[in-house]
Amino acid sequence: MRPLTDEETKTMFEKLSKYIGENVKLLVDRPDGTYCFRLHSDRVYYISEKLLKLATNISREKLVSVGTCFGKFTKTQKFRLHITALDFLAPYAKFKVWVKPGAEQSFLYGNHIMKSGLGRITENTAQYQGVVVYSMADVPLGFGVAAKSTQECRKVDPMSIVVFHQADIGEYIRNEDTLT
Amino acid sequence: MAACSIEDVLAKVERDEAEKLKSITVQKELDLEFDAGNLLALDKNRIDVSDFKQQKKDDFLRSLARDNTQLLINEIWKHPTERVEEVIVVKLPEPTTVLPREKPAPKPRPPTKWEEFAKLKGIQKKKKTNLVWDEVHKEWRRRWGYKRAKDGTKEWLIEVPENADPNEDQFAKRNKEKKERVAKNEFNRLRNIARAQKLKVPGVGLPPASQQSKTELAQAVNIAKISTASVGKFQDSLPKEKAPRNTGKRRKFQPVIGDFADEKQKQLDILKIMDSKKPRLDITKAVNKQMREEDMEAAAKRRKESARKGRRGHMSGRGKGSAPGKGKGKAAKGKGRNPRAKQGKH
Repeated sequence: MRPLTDEETKTMFEKLSKYIGENVKLLVDRPDGTYCFRLHSDRVYYISEKLLKLATNISREKLVSVGTCFGKFTKTQKFRLHITALDFLAPYAKFKVWVKPGAEQSFLYGNHIMKSGLGRITENTAQYQGVVVYSMADVPLGFGVAAKSTQECRKVDPMSIVVFHQADIGEYIRNEDTLT
Repeated sequence: MAACSIEDVLAKVERDEAEKLKSITVQKELDLEFDAGNLLALDKNRIDVSDFKQQKKDDFLRSLARDNTQLLINEIWKHPTERVEEVIVVKLPEPTTVLPREKPAPKPRPPTKWEEFAKLKGIQKKKKTNLVWDEVHKEWRRRWGYKRAKDGTKEWLIEVPENADPNEDQFAKRNKEKKERVAKNEFNRLRNIARAQKLKVPGVGLPPASQQSKTELAQAVNIAKISTASVGKFQDSLPKEKAPRNTGKRRKFQPVIGDFADEKQKQLDILKIMDSKKPRLDITKAVNKQMREEDMEAAAKRRKESARKGRRGHMSGRGKGSAPGKGKGKAAKGKGRNPRAKQGKH
């Protein structure tokens, strides 16, 4: 376990800011205690200071997970968000997409969202903007990338993809062994 | 006193002369063992401890050494002598006593890179026969070297491979390849020596290869960059060029539990820099906005037309539609500024 280097921090913040914009600041600067990011076996964990101090008792080989896993660094030093980060992305999300109840299951199986399944979308969503996907009952289901801007969404045919799937809470079951 | 001293002196002189004339024969209880080749004599006679204590120790040892040396010289004289340039010379026999070596035993040769690798992989040397049957010449020939079996270099004709350049000289190519192999082998040999002596081995620029991979090229670029008089200190890098990885430099990390406030401040600084680097004018956003305004305008027009046709109950709709209509004129001017205003709000 180690703190992130400046470069890694920047890469991760850039990825996070695609979804929550400058709200990243709120994750770093929290009024309810000190939280920090730590890298452990290429994965980034968001941990409270208290928990971190407890975790230092555990040797590196034995430690599987601590705090919340935000994602991992690939071997080419890119950052991939994991579904476990959703709890922190959803409250701060700037751009949201709501999915109709009929298309929920399809999304949770890892499919992209079609125009037909799109319930609502935040105004002014740009193309390729990171979005958090909600059910119509405002339950966060995952996140993705807008394939079309809000304007274009109105015009496209119902079978075209409007949000690319990136992660969904179905992964908790599908990728149970690799999620930490 | 004086007379006494004179007597003493005389006695001493007498004794000295007797010493000098001591016979060349020395009596010993046990014969000495000789190794004339090493000019070595071994005296196994018991030393009388009382004698040793009574006499002056130095004198006793000196006389003992003198006697034994005399015996050794007697032994030497038993060997045939000859006269070389007015000097009598004895040819000594071969030494019989095995002496320990003067220098430490040489260390075993450190293993080469290949030997290390072979040991790691468990590759063992296979013994091959020196001679192999040559089908062409119908005789046993060497496996390698001069007059070897299946000698590829003695062919008078080489088939041009299908995908090769037809104008290429295949013989010259073969010679060149051979030369390169030899050079590479020699280079590796020198590297092994340097490694064994713990010298610093200079990095290889780009070893000859038929097809260079991306990593090899990147490595070559990195080497070329630091190959200046100032070790690349003043070398400009290209825009968006990534820092070389795996250069052997160890990275230093902050402690796991360090100064949390400092860490937070650093992260906030990074966020600040990231914020300031955002483009002022987000073109896609502006275009989207424009598109949206146009949409609304069109919708308003439609609504107006329907209202003109005499439909009632759309008063509110008209009111709504008029607002973006007004905004339209501004849109062209304020297009660039609007996103900025939006960003400022967020």
